[in-house]
Amino acid sequence: MPDPQTASLVDEILARGERRPERLLQMLVQLQEALGYLPADVLTVLAKGLGLPRARVEGVAGFYSFLHLAPVGRYRVLFPDNIIDRMLGTPGLMDRMCRNLWLEPGHVSEDGVASVDTTSCIGMGDQGPSMLVNGHTLTGIDDARIDAICDRIRAGEPVGAWPAEWFRVEDNIRRADLLLDARLAPGEALAAAIALGREGWLEQMHRSNLRGRGGAGFTTAVKWLACRDAAGADKVVVCNADEGEPGTFKDRVLLTRLADAVFEGMTLAAWAVGAQQGFLYLRGEYRYLVEALESTLEARRSAGLLGHCIHGCQGFDFDIEIRLGAGAYVCGEETALLESLEGKRGTPRIRPPFPVTHGYLGRPTVVNNVETLAKTCLIARDGGEWFASHGTAQSTGTKLLSVSGDVARPGVYEYPFGVPVERVLRDAGAEDTLAVQVGGAAGIMLAGYEFGRHIAFEDVPTAGAFMVFDARRDPFEVARNFVHFFAHESCGFCTPCRVGTGLLKGYMDKLADGNGAYRDLADIEWLDRLLKNASHCGLGSSAPNPVIDVLQKFRPAIERRLRSADFQPAFDLDKALERARQMTGRDDAEAHLSNSPEHS
Amino acid sequence: MRDTPQTFLLDGVPVPFHEGQTILEAARAAGRYIPHLCWHPDFPPHGSCKLCIVKVGGRHVSSCAMPARAGAEVESDTPEMNGERRALLQMLFVEGNHFCPSCEKSGHCQLQALAYDLEMMTPRFNHFYPDRPVDASHPDVLLDFNRCIYCELCVRASRDKDGKSIFALTNRGIHKHLVVNAESGRLGDTDFSGDDLAANICPVGVILRKRVGFAVPIGSRTYDATPIRVVAMQSEDGEGA
Repeated sequence: MPDPQTASLVDEILARGERRPERLLQMLVQLQEALGYLPADVLTVLAKGLGLPRARVEGVAGFYSFLHLAPVGRYRVLFPDNIIDRMLGTPGLMDRMCRNLWLEPGHVSEDGVASVDTTSCIGMGDQGPSMLVNGHTLTGIDDARIDAICDRIRAGEPVGAWPAEWFRVEDNIRRADLLLDARLAPGEALAAAIALGREGWLEQMHRSNLRGRGGAGFTTAVKWLACRDAAGADKVVVCNADEGEPGTFKDRVLLTRLADAVFEGMTLAAWAVGAQQGFLYLRGEYRYLVEALESTLEARRSAGLLGHCIHGCQGFDFDIEIRLGAGAYVCGEETALLESLEGKRGTPRIRPPFPVTHGYLGRPTVVNNVETLAKTCLIARDGGEWFASHGTAQSTGTKLLSVSGDVARPGVYEYPFGVPVERVLRDAGAEDTLAVQVGGAAGIMLAGYEFGRHIAFEDVPTAGAFMVFDARRDPFEVARNFVHFFAHESCGFCTPCRVGTGLLKGYMDKLADGNGAYRDLADIEWLDRLLKNASHCGLGSSAPNPVIDVLQKFRPAIERRLRSADFQPAFDLDKALERARQMTGRDDAEAHLSNSPEHS
Repeated sequence: MRDTPQTFLLDGVPVPFHEGQTILEAARAAGRYIPHLCWHPDFPPHGSCKLCIVKVGGRHVSSCAMPARAGAEVESDTPEMNGERRALLQMLFVEGNHFCPSCEKSGHCQLQALAYDLEMMTPRFNHFYPDRPVDASHPDVLLDFNRCIYCELCVRASRDKDGKSIFALTNRGIHKHLVVNAESGRLGDTDFSGDDLAANICPVGVILRKRVGFAVPIGSRTYDATPIRVVAMQSEDGEGA
C-alpha cells in the first residue's frame, strides 16, 4: 500500500479525472510528474479507483517512453538522438554530462539523484543542441551550460528555479506566406463561416481543395463530410499535435504563434460536422506549451468563441480539452492516437472502420493535423477559390517546412506548394548539399540530381520535415539513425514491424561495424519488402524507406562497408572469447583466434 | 433470409461469401485453408501475426480482417505469399527462444506445425535470445514466456470469455511482453484457474498444464500425424488440441 500522502494524491488525481478510464494516461502522466516514477502499489490503487484490471494499467504505463515503472532519479535527463541532434553535437554533450555526474547512460546514478538517456527527436532541430530535464525543454546547450546544469543538479535545485533563458525556444520563422502573414483576429474566421451557414462553409472547403498537412494528403472536406454524414450525434474533432516525425517542428511554432488559429480551425471543423467535443492531443515533448495553450482556451471561452452558443449562434456548442501524450511516435498515426486518447496503449486499429464513422470511444471523429486546421481559418476568411489559387492544382495553398541540418538559417519556411527543393536550399543558406531528407524518417531521401523536384503531393509530399546534409555527411549513417528510430518506436503489435525493424537495425549495425557482406544486402532487401508489404500500419511500411533510398541513390556509401566475402558472421569470434580470457587471466597469442577481422 | 451469395476468386477458384464475411472466414466456410496464428473462430479478428496476408488486386491485406468483396482476385497459396509467410515464421522463431525437441507443446504447437507446413528449413535471421524467466508460481499452470508470439488469445479469452483479465501486454516493440494481473507479477497471486478458457487457448507452448508433461509421446501428437492445413479445417473450433 502507498503511504497516506501518496494515497491521497492518487485520490485527488482520480477525482480530477472523474474516475474515467479514458483519462488513465493523463492520470499516469500526472502521477509520474508528481512522484518521478510509477511505483507498483500506486498502479494497484489507481487500477482499483478506475475499476480497471491492474494488468491493463501496467500495460498502458509500460507502453510510453516517458512513463517509468522503476525510479529514474530526481533528475531525468534526455538527449534527443535524431541525426540532426547528433550533428549538432549531442553525443559529446551527453558524454560530458555523464562524466560530470559520474553515471552511465541509461542507468540511475548510485545516489539515485539523476539518470541520463537518449530519446527520439523532441522537435527542437532548429534550436541548437537541446535536451529535456524532467519534461522541461532546454535549448542552446553547450559545454559550459552542461557544467552549469550539473552544478544545479548536484545542489538539488528544482528545475523550475533554473534561469529562464535556458528554456527559451525561438520561433525562427524565416519565410512567411499566406498563413504566417495572415494576421487573423480571434473569431474573425469563425464569424465568416457562421455567416456562410454549415452548408455554405463546407462548400468553401470543397472549393479550397485543402489536403491534410500531416502527410497523407487526404482531402479535408471529404473527411469532414463523411463525419458529418456518419450515424451518431456525439461527434468529435481531434487536433493531431503529436508532431513526432524526426526533423519536424512547424506545429510547435504554430502552437506557439498561432494557437488561436489552431483552436479556431478546430471550431470551424466542429461547425461543419456538428461536433460538440474537441481534443488537442499534444505530444509529451511539448509539455512546456500547455500553460499558454490553456490560457488561450480560457480567453476564447471568455470571448464566446468556445462553450455554449458560440458567437451567439443558438445550438452551436463546442469545447476543447488538451490531452498529453507520453513519448510514442506511433501515436501520430490517427487510430493509435485515438487509442491513446482513450487512455490505452497506442496500437493502431484495424481499418475499416475509419475514424470518421468509428473514432474516439466509437463516435464519429475527425482527426486533422495542426497546420491543416490553422489553414481552414484562411479559407473561412478569404474564400475557397482564393485559397485554391495558390500552390498547384493538386496541392493548393502553402506548406510549412521545418528546415534543419547543414543550413545557415534553420527554422520554419512557408512556401506555396510547388516550390523546388533547390529554392528552399538557397533560401536557407545550404552549401555543398549532398542529400535532403524530406518528410522525416518515413519520408524520402533526395540526391543532388533531384533538387529540381517540387514540394507537392504529386511530386515530393511531406508533412514538413526538411533535413539537409552536406558533403561531410554519410548517407549510410543517416539511414542507420532512422532505422534505430523505427525499431525504438515500433509499437510491437504486428510481427513484421516488431521483429523486422529490430533485424534491420542489426544488419545496419553489422555493416557499420565493418562486418557486412554482399549476402547481407539480399537480406536487407528482403526485410525491406516484408516491412513494406506485411506491416499493420504506416510505421512499419515506411521504416525501410531510408534504407531503400540509400541503396538506390547512395550505394557506394553502403558498398564501401562490405567485405569481399559472400558471407561474414555478425559477431567477432575472437571478441566472443574475451570473457573466457578475463576469467582465465590470459591474453597471450594462444588465447586469441586468428579469424578476427584484423587477421583475415 | 439470405441473398444469393456473391463470389470472389481465391487463387483462381470462386469462393462464395455473404455480406460482412472476411476473406478468411469465407475461404474457410468453402473448405479453403489460409494460414493463421492469432485468428480464432470464436473471437473478432486481431490482425497481429500477419500469417494470413493475401494479395488483393496487387495489395497486401490481412485476410482475417479484410471484408470479402465481389469479384476480388485474391492470391493466397502462391510461392510469393508462402515465401513471405515463411519469413514471418522465421521472425517469430528468432525473436523468442523456441527449442522444439524439449518443448512439451511439440506436435501440438501451431507455430511448429505451420513451419513444417510452409517448409521453413532454417531460421535465416540472427536470433535475439531474449531473457524471459518462466513463472511457475501457480499450482496448476506454468508460464513459459520464451515461446510467446503475442497473438493475445489468452488476453482476449480471459477478458472476454472468462471475465477475469488475467493477462495484458506491456512495454512495446521488441520488448513487448505479457504481464499478469497481480502487483507481484506472479500468476500464483491471481485468480487464474486451469479450467479457464485462457488456460487452454495458447497456440504455442506458453501456458502449460503442470503434471501432465509428455503424457502423449512425441510422434503421436496432433500435427505429427496430420498437417495443420488439414487439422485446422477438420476440428469444430477450427484449431487443434
